[in-house]
Amino acid sequence: MIEKHYDAVVFGGGSAGLAAAVRIAGQGCSVAVLERENELGGILNQCIHNGFGIQRFKEDLTGPEYAERFIEMVEELDNVSIFLETTALEVTHGTPHSVFAYSKRYGVIKIECRAIVLAMGCRERNRGNIGIPGTRPAGVFTAGLAQRLINIDGYIPGRRAVILGSGDIGLIMARRLTWVGVEVLGVIEIQGYPSGLTRNIVQCLNDFNIPLYLSHTLSEIRGKDRVTGVTVTPLQDGKTVTAKSFDLDCDTILLSVGLIPDNELSRKFGVSLNPETGGPFVDAGLMSSVPGVFACGNVLHVHDLVDYVSEESERCASFVVEYLNGTYNPLLHHPIVSGANVKYVIPNKYLPGMTNRFYLRSLIVKNKAELVISLEGEPLKRKNLAHVQPSEMVSFSLDEQDLSRGSESREKKLEVSIY
Amino acid sequence: MKNNIYDVAVVGAGVVGASIARKLSAYACDTVILEKEWDVSFGVTKTNSGIIHGGFHYPTSTLKGRLEVLGNIMFDRLQQELHFPFRRCGILAAAFTIEEMKTIEKMYMQGVENKVIGLELCNRDRIHSLEPKLNPDVVGGLHAPSGGVIEPYHFVFSLIESAKKNGVELRTRFKVVKAEKRKGHFLIQAENGESLRARYLVNAAGLYADEVSAIFNAEHLQIKPLKGQEFLLDRNAAGLPGKVIFPVPSIVSKGILVIPTPEGTCMVGPTAIEQKDKEDLSTSQSNFATVFHSARRLIPKISERDIITSFAGLRPTLKGNDFYIAISEKQPELIQVAGIQSPGLTAAPAIGEYVKDLLKKAGLVLTERPDYDPFVDEIPRIRKLSPYEADALVQKEPAYGEIICRCESVSEAEIVSAIRQGHTTMDGIKFYTRAQMGRCQGGFCSYKILKILQRETGMSIEEITKRGLGSNLITDRVGGLAVKDPAAAPTGTEEVK
Repeated sequence: MIEKHYDAVVFGGGSAGLAAAVRIAGQGCSVAVLERENELGGILNQCIHNGFGIQRFKEDLTGPEYAERFIEMVEELDNVSIFLETTALEVTHGTPHSVFAYSKRYGVIKIECRAIVLAMGCRERNRGNIGIPGTRPAGVFTAGLAQRLINIDGYIPGRRAVILGSGDIGLIMARRLTWVGVEVLGVIEIQGYPSGLTRNIVQCLNDFNIPLYLSHTLSEIRGKDRVTGVTVTPLQDGKTVTAKSFDLDCDTILLSVGLIPDNELSRKFGVSLNPETGGPFVDAGLMSSVPGVFACGNVLHVHDLVDYVSEESERCASFVVEYLNGTYNPLLHHPIVSGANVKYVIPNKYLPGMTNRFYLRSLIVKNKAELVISLEGEPLKRKNLAHVQPSEMVSFSLDEQDLSRGSESREKKLEVSIY
Repeated sequence: MKNNIYDVAVVGAGVVGASIARKLSAYACDTVILEKEWDVSFGVTKTNSGIIHGGFHYPTSTLKGRLEVLGNIMFDRLQQELHFPFRRCGILAAAFTIEEMKTIEKMYMQGVENKVIGLELCNRDRIHSLEPKLNPDVVGGLHAPSGGVIEPYHFVFSLIESAKKNGVELRTRFKVVKAEKRKGHFLIQAENGESLRARYLVNAAGLYADEVSAIFNAEHLQIKPLKGQEFLLDRNAAGLPGKVIFPVPSIVSKGILVIPTPEGTCMVGPTAIEQKDKEDLSTSQSNFATVFHSARRLIPKISERDIITSFAGLRPTLKGNDFYIAISEKQPELIQVAGIQSPGLTAAPAIGEYVKDLLKKAGLVLTERPDYDPFVDEIPRIRKLSPYEADALVQKEPAYGEIICRCESVSEAEIVSAIRQGHTTMDGIKFYTRAQMGRCQGGFCSYKILKILQRETGMSIEEITKRGLGSNLITDRVGGLAVKDPAAAPTGTEEVK
């Protein structure tokens, strides 16, 4: 069995893994990137639409273009080893951590390293997770799978489609399907508001006259072998109004009903997971409960924009380098917790004496909301937010000055709320 | 296609038909097994709960009671020969009251009378030590260590593989629609126009045993489907027990069970709902609450959040609720094997023996084949190997190093084996390898499997189906569909706000 040693191993060669690898290697540490697919870039490769990089590069790029920027950076570094078509199946934490990586080319490689970056991204929620009643025919696809089939493989999964869920992938796919000649009969959204970005509602549905059924659900799938239709039922006060149900004759159903951080490997490391995000609990340096195991990108929590994934992953990488240099001290970190109307805040700890960046999700939909960060009930910082809703991530920073205000207190637990 | 006359045609390649065919393959007997679906085990067997029952539910005055006990003890040897996933994890029946304990005692006595080995009555401490996840309110129960779990479809795949290896011919997509009694044989015609001749017929057609019986002018049977819906939970589910957990049964069914599958996931169900339609496999949300309420009563940690998928199957029930396995009184060369509902899977190996004896009684001469080989090759499964064993294997066969299904750790080589064994639908591959069966339900692997299927079979992408005729997955290629409103197509200069 081939054995290899690196300072750090990055699991996943998508947007998070690439950004982390570039930053770690840029600081002179050796890095291995393990990627399951036959090319780097991850899900970006199938996102051939534009809208990427506006924050990060101040340019409007497609997914593959955005990925290419990082791929070029990583390929210029000679202390990064890329393992394509390689899957890590067995891992153990310790000093060093060990990873068994499987590939056709090398067999099983045993890799030892001091730091791990979890960057496996997320997976799609599927029919089973949401329990749509009815038959179980061919023709039910998750939106991301359909996107892959069309954009990379060139296969069209059907001719008349209904999309469940107004998440961004669902909206993008409504437009994509229309462009390849599939009739999109409608997008069904269980909530009273769309869960994708507003720009996608406009550009992907409104521009093509595709109806968006808010507060509706799919109450039945029909068809023995292939989908022949669905029943759509409106919801009122959370209850189905069966009398107002209507049928749509379609042969295809796309599900865009949410993403789940893909943490199977994290579990094998023994990382403790946060039920709110589906990802690991992390301290201010994005290190998990297992020393030396870090997490960033969609495996940590699902992001709206890849630009944020890159930012978070680079930030994570800087701490990985500190860890490798022996200057990382998790004992200095203090907790930050979700208060009123907040689903989660990431990271779960902050570090006084530096600028800390946080991402959070709101539980409520509200215009002119206020973000309040408090210490022992005393507001430390306030920020006005024009609009909040669960599907749009909120970010904020606390700098050294903000954090010094409460430094007299012994209890250093921060709480973040939205009012 | 053969021109000769088969000695035996078995109609139905479910667990019953496959067990019979495999039994006959030990004899110098020209056997053909006929299946209307595109793959074997795609009917009743596919959705079976996969329990090898403990022999305490039915008296041996019933045929199913006798065959269950006989069948149970045959599985160890079968597994050694055929390598299907099977584990004697044991069964617990949990009682919540003194009254329920009385029923438990009756079940115990029944089991003892049936000569089941190892049965024990448990007090509160004993049952909780056997299964620490049980509801603390459980006061006691029954432990049947001989009970277990199996992958039913995999069992059938192995039986068929073994039968084929010993000369049995399998004909899929062969839906029997017409039969005539000729001189000394039946002429059997399929919907697709094919036909063949056989001297003896075994009707193991599951839900359609009544229709097959009618086609052969034999007994008037009426099979009534009894729907059972199951929920499959993630292998990480906190409620996953070590043993199969039963409640105290009702008159209609054995109740809602919590089942640890042999591959490490968890199943909750089945429901028992009578219906008329033999094709209706739809799932419903209405019984969802009841199922989880019942399951949580047994194991409080069972959670809806762990659901991977839900599916429904139909049990083929017959009036009287016992198995009907007999030489037809109207067609002395036809053996009826009908009404095989629970515990049919457990009984299947014994049904194979029993039907072989009935065929003899009906006049078929059976002599043992000297070259009979009961063993099939065990296909390596990457998830079962240590990294060092896996490395050695990949060095010999690189395709074992390419992990196609990340949720269940299935390699490309295993997918290729499935295809070479004749499993050329997406569901066939799923049941053979477990790829697409895990938590992502094919989201990350199905596009890879589509590619391998095309490469290995030469099928075009449009020909690939989920489970046979009409269940095609891909309709067109990009560029192959007319775009209705070309004005709506992208100009390439779109502004993003």
